[in-house]
Amino acid sequence: MFNILQKWLPKIILSPSIFLVTVCIYGYVAWTGYLSLTHSRFLPNFKWAGLLQYQKLMENDRWLTSCINLLVFGVLFIVISIVLGTLLAILLDQNIRQEGAIRTIYLYPMALSFIVTGTAWKWILNPGLGLEKMMHDWGWSSFKFDWIVSNEMSVYTLVIAAVWQSSGFVMAMFLAGLRGIDSSIVKAAQIDGASMPTIYWKIILPCLRPVFFSAVIITSHIAIKSFDLVTALTSGGPGYSSDLPALFMYTHAFTRGQMGLGAASAMMMLAGVLAILVPYLYSELRNREQ
Amino acid sequence: MTKFTPGRLFIYLILLLFCAVYLMPLMVMLLTSFKTLPDIRGGNLLSLPDVWVVEAWAKAWGSACTGVTCEGVKGYFWNSFKMAIPAVFISTLIGALNGYVIAHWRFKGSNLFFALMLFGCFIPFQVILLPMAATLGKFGLANTTTGLVFVHVVYGLVFTTLFFRNFYVSVPSELVKAAKLDGAGFFTIFFKIMLPISKPIIMVCIIWQFTQIWNDFLFGVVYSGSDSQPITVALNNLVNTSTGVKEYNVDMAAAIIAALPTLFVYVVAGKYFVRGLTAGSVKG
Repeated sequence: MFNILQKWLPKIILSPSIFLVTVCIYGYVAWTGYLSLTHSRFLPNFKWAGLLQYQKLMENDRWLTSCINLLVFGVLFIVISIVLGTLLAILLDQNIRQEGAIRTIYLYPMALSFIVTGTAWKWILNPGLGLEKMMHDWGWSSFKFDWIVSNEMSVYTLVIAAVWQSSGFVMAMFLAGLRGIDSSIVKAAQIDGASMPTIYWKIILPCLRPVFFSAVIITSHIAIKSFDLVTALTSGGPGYSSDLPALFMYTHAFTRGQMGLGAASAMMMLAGVLAILVPYLYSELRNREQ
Repeated sequence: MTKFTPGRLFIYLILLLFCAVYLMPLMVMLLTSFKTLPDIRGGNLLSLPDVWVVEAWAKAWGSACTGVTCEGVKGYFWNSFKMAIPAVFISTLIGALNGYVIAHWRFKGSNLFFALMLFGCFIPFQVILLPMAATLGKFGLANTTTGLVFVHVVYGLVFTTLFFRNFYVSVPSELVKAAKLDGAGFFTIFFKIMLPISKPIIMVCIIWQFTQIWNDFLFGVVYSGSDSQPITVALNNLVNTSTGVKEYNVDMAAAIIAALPTLFVYVVAGKYFVRGLTAGSVKG
């Protein structure tokens, strides 16, 4: 009896999690997928609609704006965070005194929620009272910085706040990568007479390829699910000029009674994540086999 | 050590400049929270308060309006604790057991399950929001703290399992086999061999889960009722209340209150915090 129990115990322990993951992740994804093919509005309505919701989505100006915004925000956020993070990591890797303290300062924003970050930057970017006023007080009276209330520029304020929040974390990843590089390679190159910039450009940075890919995956994941930041910083405004898909989904599914449309937009977000993730996992697995 | 050259001076200058950039928002929040409203209009972001006052803090904590009620953020601050502590505890415990099974008690299908879980770390939560809302409603858990705890446990356990599995894989399987031969059972091995060496990964897991759950806004705003709203939702309501005079000092004090617990964890257990970030950075 005891032995039989022992044999089954691992499966028994794992089974609630298996159940939860199967139902609450995969089952729910299927459920949302099904909702996106119905006429659901305020309440789920199981009348089949085919691809109608997707068609409505593609014709929706606000959705198109939010996708373009995500592209602009995502690309800028990812590129700037990675460039800045790599640069800071390389500079911090030069036997810097007080390295620990500086690292702590660069990383602390990551401990904060995007709601706090958004609140703080909303105040700093406040035209008339924030940065603009400070520059006027300091004597630069023609300084103008009203991106947050501008239709064309508000999406860039998201980039500022998100880079501030996440670049320190990218720095930490690259710093860990740099520390993992065999120092004898660098010494050999130095003996051969290569200059430091050449060594970094030709030898060290190529070694950091895996770190680079994880950084892209992580920052793009942050970008696609950015909901809190845009809610706190601009609420998608002015109008819907800084809307992102995550906010679009929330608004339509929960406050505007467009459940089918919201579900369709969520499925599109999932498709976006898969488009980035699947090639990455594929190449990872292939590298491992080699 | 290294010689002090103009080049190195330049490096230090850049590093310090970035220190200033990263610290600026926190400084601005702190300075603003100690100012009076006329002082805010008269001064600028980085000017020191004329007189340091704590009224904004008292108001943010006890009497500011967050949406319809005007009782400050204190209730929501405790709501966040009531939600985070059980959710962190349960998800860590389940993660430890799952990781132990997946690493050392493999059975047919356990690897497939692990792959399914890993993939689950990446899904955007928007894709599960609607069905989960329906489920919580069906079980009478909508708008309750229990419901939020459940959601955080479900979507946290993929991460905690991943942490513990990766940690336990590094424990030699010979050790476990030898213990099995000596007649040690499933739980004996877990409590006598695994748990005693798990302190670092438990720390990583707790810190990771605590910051994720404390900072969560999406689940909070969708699934909480007026009595169970976490602090992030309350802060957002407070800041975006459009009635009356905008009290920036109160907003900033409330934002710092919302940030304090995770900042505290970061300062006290920074080492584990960074390890957790890099280990499970997919959740972001």
